[in-house]
Amino acid sequence: MTTVSDASDVKSRRLSDADYADNFSDVHPPLTPHEALVEADRCYFCYDAPCMTACPTSIDIPMFIRKIQAGNPVGSAKTIFDENIMGGMCARVCPTETLCEEACVREAAEGKPVKIGLLQRHATDTFMEREQPHPFERAAPTGKKVAVVGAGPAGLSCAHGLAVHGHDVTVFEAREKSGGLNEFGIAAYKTTNDFAQDEVDFILQIGGITIEHGKALGRDVTLDQLAADYDAVFLGLGLPGVNALGLEGENARGVIDAVDFIGVLRQSEDLSALEVGRRVVVIGGGMTAIDAAIQSKLLGAEEVTIAYRRGQEHMNASLYEQELAQTNGVVIRHWMMPKALEVSDGAVSGVTLEKTMLNGDGKLAGTGEEVTLQADQVFKAIGQTPDAGPISGIDLEKGRIRTDDHRRTSHAKIWAGGDCIAGGEDLTVVSVEDGKIAARSIHQALMG
Amino acid sequence: MADLSTNFIGIKSPNPFWLASAPPTDKAYNVERAFEAGWGGVVWKTLGEAGPPVVNVNGPRYGAIWGPDRRLLGLNNIELITDRDLEVNLREIAEVKKRWPDRAMIVSIMVPCEEASWKAILPRVEDTGADGIELNFGCPHGMSERGMGSAVGQVPEYIQMVAEWCKQYCRLPVIVKLTPNITDIRYPARAAKAGGADAVSLINTISSIVSVDLDNFAPMPTIDGKGSHGGYCGPAVKPIALNMVAEIARDTETRGLPISGIGGVQTWRDAAEFIALGCGTVQVCTAAMTYGFKIVEEMAQGLSDWMDEKGYATIADFQGRAAPNVTDWQYLNLNYVTKAKIDQDLCIKCGRCHIACEDTSHQAITSMVDGVRHFEVMDDECVGCNLCVNVCPVDDCITMVEMTEGTDPRTGREIDPDYANWTSHPNNPMAKQAAE
Repeated sequence: MTTVSDASDVKSRRLSDADYADNFSDVHPPLTPHEALVEADRCYFCYDAPCMTACPTSIDIPMFIRKIQAGNPVGSAKTIFDENIMGGMCARVCPTETLCEEACVREAAEGKPVKIGLLQRHATDTFMEREQPHPFERAAPTGKKVAVVGAGPAGLSCAHGLAVHGHDVTVFEAREKSGGLNEFGIAAYKTTNDFAQDEVDFILQIGGITIEHGKALGRDVTLDQLAADYDAVFLGLGLPGVNALGLEGENARGVIDAVDFIGVLRQSEDLSALEVGRRVVVIGGGMTAIDAAIQSKLLGAEEVTIAYRRGQEHMNASLYEQELAQTNGVVIRHWMMPKALEVSDGAVSGVTLEKTMLNGDGKLAGTGEEVTLQADQVFKAIGQTPDAGPISGIDLEKGRIRTDDHRRTSHAKIWAGGDCIAGGEDLTVVSVEDGKIAARSIHQALMG
Repeated sequence: MADLSTNFIGIKSPNPFWLASAPPTDKAYNVERAFEAGWGGVVWKTLGEAGPPVVNVNGPRYGAIWGPDRRLLGLNNIELITDRDLEVNLREIAEVKKRWPDRAMIVSIMVPCEEASWKAILPRVEDTGADGIELNFGCPHGMSERGMGSAVGQVPEYIQMVAEWCKQYCRLPVIVKLTPNITDIRYPARAAKAGGADAVSLINTISSIVSVDLDNFAPMPTIDGKGSHGGYCGPAVKPIALNMVAEIARDTETRGLPISGIGGVQTWRDAAEFIALGCGTVQVCTAAMTYGFKIVEEMAQGLSDWMDEKGYATIADFQGRAAPNVTDWQYLNLNYVTKAKIDQDLCIKCGRCHIACEDTSHQAITSMVDGVRHFEVMDDECVGCNLCVNVCPVDDCITMVEMTEGTDPRTGREIDPDYANWTSHPNNPMAKQAAE
């Protein structure tokens, strides 16, 4: 009989090299050119298309699909980049099933929307494979300087938009690599072959953008200094913190931030060297929880369970992502909140969960019934938090930066976008849109 | 089970589906496979005169246009008549006919427009035991440059002359195959009839350039950098063929002249439409060249099932039923009023009806009602044109509904239950007074 006190089973090389390669290959292989033509033909070229309205960046979807159908995938990509310079990554990571594809009239008609995400990928991949000249031309230099903090989707989108207008942009990035969550936070099987870095290179082709790596706000540069030295500042800080479970034993070996786990995995040159537990429990209900759970399973974990404190319908991860986890063998258990971490010899050995329900007021409450799941690793994926430290002096809202419709903060020279601002949806595509809107607003402000 | 057998100008076949004179009927091997698959008859690929046979290009002979998923919609060819020796063809025709006595065997012929040439070949063909001949006056490429094919079909006097020779030197029924590359199909049809032809078949292929290679700036198919116009066929040409068939079926001079319908027949329904306009048989080529001979099963069974459902025991029971309903525009009932109606339960809100109507027609369909995406026909603007029905991607979502009473909100006029056409319309300066 096994007991909870068994030595924790965390190790690398659970699989063969072939299995690692297979498990972390493209989750949605790209369409072949013929498949793309057939799929493009399914688009009805709707008037005032609902998919376009549903896209946070308002890409002219019917037009880019029609260009594919007409044998012009490069032109199609230009249509995409016109509204979304990260159209390539968004094609890979957007939850299209809750955005454009949910709105597609063929979803209403037959439950089978046009595969807009895959078509977008076909167009943007074709553009990048054919090594086309950059789709934008940089305007004459304006002499204006803008500082962008954070080289993630929001920051890069803003930097690109500003560079197009002829402004000189310096991006300050705390890490040694650009890309933000595209590089560190998205499941590996969604963005293979170092696509995130290829996309950064593509964006920088516009010229006029300098990235200074290893420069963190509050440590190496201050907001006041940037506001003084530059004509405008854009903050694309993301959410550097991770929520804690608030349980004893959180520092035990095997209790890991899911965000860190994903980041390490993404940077790994050799997946077989990564350790993973035999039994993994992921606490949380969002995309990070799903990505961590699936990737644990793909690294060879035998039992992976997601424990979420509310019901399926409350999960931030889309139904599609939940199903992806389930078809990868992940068990999702709802209505369970973490109560205690079981620790033995300094390492986590299990997690005790309490069953939950909504009480009369609609508030979440424990039922008192508990269950203990054995675990060699417990991943925390219960949300990320902003760091207000280096941005004191600008107005916040629920801990995040408050902006107006133009993504301008309470400080006249400072704009912000992406996950660090209030009211967003924490999606790559929304961050890109924030950056785009802010760039327009900054340009207008600078040029009067 | 409906009886699909036909007797077309004395030529009997178990069903009305014949293979047209074309590559699928160029030799015994293909024709026997066709008969095994169930085809009712064939028109053997066109024979030329004795002597060295014609030669074909050794590069591509076909070009095409496609719909979604590369579904072939139109095919174009620059192939000539048979490039096999006349003697071989005649021998095979005789052998195949002997083995398949219940199938129709028609032989297509194209020789120079000289009496001696026709006089020479006709008895040879007759000797094979074939059931009839078809005169290829249609081929629009290659042979026409040598004064044959459509070069003959475009001159009614030649048609009549050659038809007369054939009736004179041959006891077999004569079918004249017509080219659509003319301005009025009735003239060649009348000439064929005047020459004593027993029937006409149409359409032959349409002169066409199917596409241009934008890298080499040459028409497709391209032969060493150059291209030549070809003959166009397949589903895309069916509407042209139906119209020409109808023109002959309702022309006072040619009414009743047996017609073998050709042009884009792909399914039983296409065949039924040709027959409804008056055809006694149909001929198929592109569909067979796209999918193989097995399609005849779907065609024969589909036609039979439809006839059973409608209560038609024989082909003759519905043959020509649509011909009297083809009329001139001037006789259409101008008092007939329809309005488009959108079934809101079926509507998927693509908005194509709106933008088609808004941009290109009558501004009669909403896109937004009370701030909500909603497509509805405004009867006071709708002229009943049917464009929205045709662009709607959903079957039966938009229908044309006849107004049988009340006032047309667009014109403010009472619905008149009586028939009235342009010939008596007050706006027509040529209007005739009603006779009664």
